Amino acid sequence: MTDSSTSRRQVLSQGAALIGAASTGMLLPQVAQAQAGKLRVGLMLPYTGTFAQLGVAIENGVRLAINEQGGKLGGREIEYFKVDDESEPSKAIENANKLVQRDKVDVLIGTVHSGVQMGIHKVARDSGVLCLIPNAGVHIATRAQCAPNVFRTSFSNSQPTRALGAAMVAKGHKRAVWITWKYAAGDEAFEGFKEGYLAAGGTIIKELGLPFPNVEFQALLTEIAALKPDAVACFFAGGASAKFMIDYAAAGLKGKIPLYGSGFLTEGMLDAAGPAAEGVMTTLHYGDSIETPRNKAFRLAYAKTFKMQPDVYAVQGYDTGLLLIKGANAVKGDLNNKPALYKAMETGAIDSPRGKWTMSKSHNPVQDIYLRVVENKENKVIGVAAKALADSGVGCKMS
Amino acid sequence: MDLATFLIQLLNSVQYGLLLFMLAAGLTLIFGIMGVVNLAHGSFYMLGAYLAYSLSALLGSLTLALIVGTLLAVMFGLALEWLLFRHFYHRDHLDQVLLTFGLISIFEELRSMVWGDDVHGVPVPELLAASIPLTANLSYPVYRLFMAGICLLLALGLYLLISKTRLGMKIRAGAFNHDMAEALGVNIKLIHAVVFALGVGLAAVAGMIAAPTSSVYPNMGSQVLIMCFVVVVIGGIGSVRGALIAALLVGLVDTFGKVLLPSVAGMLVYMLMAAVLLWKPEGLFKQ
Repeated sequence: MTDSSTSRRQVLSQGAALIGAASTGMLLPQVAQAQAGKLRVGLMLPYTGTFAQLGVAIENGVRLAINEQGGKLGGREIEYFKVDDESEPSKAIENANKLVQRDKVDVLIGTVHSGVQMGIHKVARDSGVLCLIPNAGVHIATRAQCAPNVFRTSFSNSQPTRALGAAMVAKGHKRAVWITWKYAAGDEAFEGFKEGYLAAGGTIIKELGLPFPNVEFQALLTEIAALKPDAVACFFAGGASAKFMIDYAAAGLKGKIPLYGSGFLTEGMLDAAGPAAEGVMTTLHYGDSIETPRNKAFRLAYAKTFKMQPDVYAVQGYDTGLLLIKGANAVKGDLNNKPALYKAMETGAIDSPRGKWTMSKSHNPVQDIYLRVVENKENKVIGVAAKALADSGVGCKMS
Repeated sequence: MDLATFLIQLLNSVQYGLLLFMLAAGLTLIFGIMGVVNLAHGSFYMLGAYLAYSLSALLGSLTLALIVGTLLAVMFGLALEWLLFRHFYHRDHLDQVLLTFGLISIFEELRSMVWGDDVHGVPVPELLAASIPLTANLSYPVYRLFMAGICLLLALGLYLLISKTRLGMKIRAGAFNHDMAEALGVNIKLIHAVVFALGVGLAAVAGMIAAPTSSVYPNMGSQVLIMCFVVVVIGGIGSVRGALIAALLVGLVDTFGKVLLPSVAGMLVYMLMAAVLLWKPEGLFKQ
């Protein structure tokens, strides 16, 4: 009796495992999947939480780029697989594995949050799946832990702030105070600012910081007033950046000590910050008002398709699509031909709405950084702050 | 640091300390009198901030929003006490922690359903939007002075209520000896409901007046909750006077820490707490 019930249970469980395996495609002949089948594109992006809008903008950008090519990659039809990463680092590895192991994607596109990116990065390095980073600027992904199968299409955290220094010194602002949150992205942004500003001949008279995500700026603003610098440079992102600009103005510093920042300070925050943001100067690899036919065509197509205006995140998604198209076309859709695929993605330029950019040896964009100023609730591009700026990629050894 | 800057930083720390006091006072009262560890206290702060956001847009004035919002929060506190908390006064602290921890998740989810996950700004009222010039390049926002004023008024009111009124006497009696107070004819159930609603009201008012300067965002409650517990522990659990002194102390350490020792600023407040606990394990003013 005991024996028969055990064996029945075994049969049941094995049967269930078999059905499970078949449904995920594990038992299908490998050949059928590899060539003739659809190319499997995995999107691991935030679709809920603080960064939800960024995830949507990136996916829209990817789809727009691919649809402009007839909706195929290297002649193959595409199937999309989506996972909401919730900007939750503790679930990152599990979520990335859902796409890589369960859905067997040929390429994984993701993500926004740097902490989550590190989880994806581990899975990408272990599995060897092609991974495209459409936003997260965490240094290590294209520095000490760079990988042949990982490409970034956005920026490294120090890139936008590296261009600030020269622009500030050109305006005669040679003594500056730096302020940011004390966390990884803030520290990496500071690295860029410091290198750029010192090289341009500026002096950083004080580095101010507060714990992430504390928004009690008042004490530090008092300190800034006492230090009387020529200018203030900062890195803040998200809702806190609007509050920082409002507090800066309320403390009476606006109009007396010019405020500079990485472009994320003002991106998407101009309505919330209102008049407090007017005149703030920032550097970023994109600006809505770039006056090129390429950018205008992109903005028109995006607005028509999705009934909303594109932002820097949409551009990054779009460029991710362009890069994937370039690679897939070169190998005629056979993403398993890795040497040729990577070669194609590493060489030549991407004709982006932000301007043409190339891929550095460590797989991070070499791109122009624009100087922008807030005027009438708009980030107006007033020039190029740095031409073809590259991340140092220090410590990167491609195996 | 010159004298003017020092004085302004002192003002900053007092103003931050007073706001912390508003939050911690409710927490310490609820713990001292009912013996309930309320982890959901930060959620009432968040509720206040979101109420200020919605009501000030709806009613067109922050002052009106403050009045209506306080009433709503107090009613919410009474309902919550009647439905849940009164059943937990005699239960184990672990049960209370589980209940209130669960409430945090429920409140966050409700917040997400009602208000979404975006960051919102609350405009400073027209009348208080100005700044007073203090030094050559620094002005002090009038609204921050207004915040400090409201907090001072409420602290004074709380002091008068507890030490000078009949209700306050009953509250103190209940805290001192619960059974004896009841035997002497004090309606202790009513006292509990009043104290709980008062605590919720104070936290919500703190959230409402802080909303224009802090902006309104998901999870804003859990951040202040930790600071609140630090204040309550330093001040001595159950002591309102201790909470006031401790809140001002935390404000001082936090403000000057950020300026003078930025690299360890995040840690200093907790080091203060550890030092006080070593010196006086039951806090500065144990009831």
